[in-house]
Amino acid sequence: MSKFQKKRGKSNPAISTASLPDIIFMLLFFFMVVTVLRDASLKVTVRTPQATELTKLEKKSLVNYLYIGVPTKEHQADAGTKPRLQLGDKFATTDDIPLFLANHRENVDERQRGLITSSLRVDREVTMGIVSDVKTALRKAGQFKVNYSAKPRQG
Amino acid sequence: MAKKSVKDRMSNEINAGSMADIAFLLLIFFLVTTTIVEDKGVLVRLPPWSDEPPEVLKFKTRNVYSILVNANNDLLVRGEPKKVEDLKESIKEFIMNPQRREDLAESSVDAIVSLKNDRGTKYETYIEVYNEVKAAYNELQNEQSQARFGKNFEFLTREQKKEIVAVIPMKLSEAEPTAFGEE
Repeated sequence: MSKFQKKRGKSNPAISTASLPDIIFMLLFFFMVVTVLRDASLKVTVRTPQATELTKLEKKSLVNYLYIGVPTKEHQADAGTKPRLQLGDKFATTDDIPLFLANHRENVDERQRGLITSSLRVDREVTMGIVSDVKTALRKAGQFKVNYSAKPRQG
Repeated sequence: MAKKSVKDRMSNEINAGSMADIAFLLLIFFLVTTTIVEDKGVLVRLPPWSDEPPEVLKFKTRNVYSILVNANNDLLVRGEPKKVEDLKESIKEFIMNPQRREDLAESSVDAIVSLKNDRGTKYETYIEVYNEVKAAYNELQNEQSQARFGKNFEFLTREQKKEIVAVIPMKLSEAEPTAFGEE
């Protein structure tokens, strides 16, 4: 009983905020590390289709991205309204694929080159014609591991 | 007067009170810009390219499950129109052939799924069909794994996986697309 009374006499001290910046910095560093600033700005619209049998791509450095879709409004004047292929940050044709793959392969450790995956980010409204051409080009270039990028489907 | 103020300044410490605010500002910036991109998709292994025309392999008709997709995104499965939703169960029945029917696969090892689309087929439909085929095989492999080892396929060891794949190999053959439809 007496214990409680003693406490009442004390003025409760303010919570020290001295460590607040440290906590915030910790959060800050976490987000800085996690953030992936997308290196390629998309010039084509890509809304990936939905699927259920999905595999997660683990290592970002072992993945190269090929985008296929209709050019965005700003680029329709010079690129047309037909679906186009985008490699890196510019429009390309299927003839540019071997060079693109070779450039990426250069940057990958030799032992891991067999694990390189090509992620095809294709808009769902695109017809298979251009996709088939890209697939053929990939096969000719010896890139067999392909991932059709898709969103998980609910239910 | 001037001397004194300098002295004052020297003894002053930098006010760290606003540090938290600055850090907050940065934090919010990164929070907003962060997109924790999870790249997921249907993983596929393409066959190697060869310039020679492919060998003509003869298979018994009962062992081949042919799926044709035309430019209108309609499916023709073994000569009959079918909906995508019914595809998975149909493929599973075809591979396992539980009733030993004459027109379905002789065994799960012999079963081949053949997929052919048109250049005018919508990509979404193609992925849907591919997804259903993969789902059928995945489910069958999982069922086998459960029956033999009591856990799902992905949790098996390498040897156990090999054993399952030997019983249910995923044989999906993709033909060169036709070019009837408008791209």
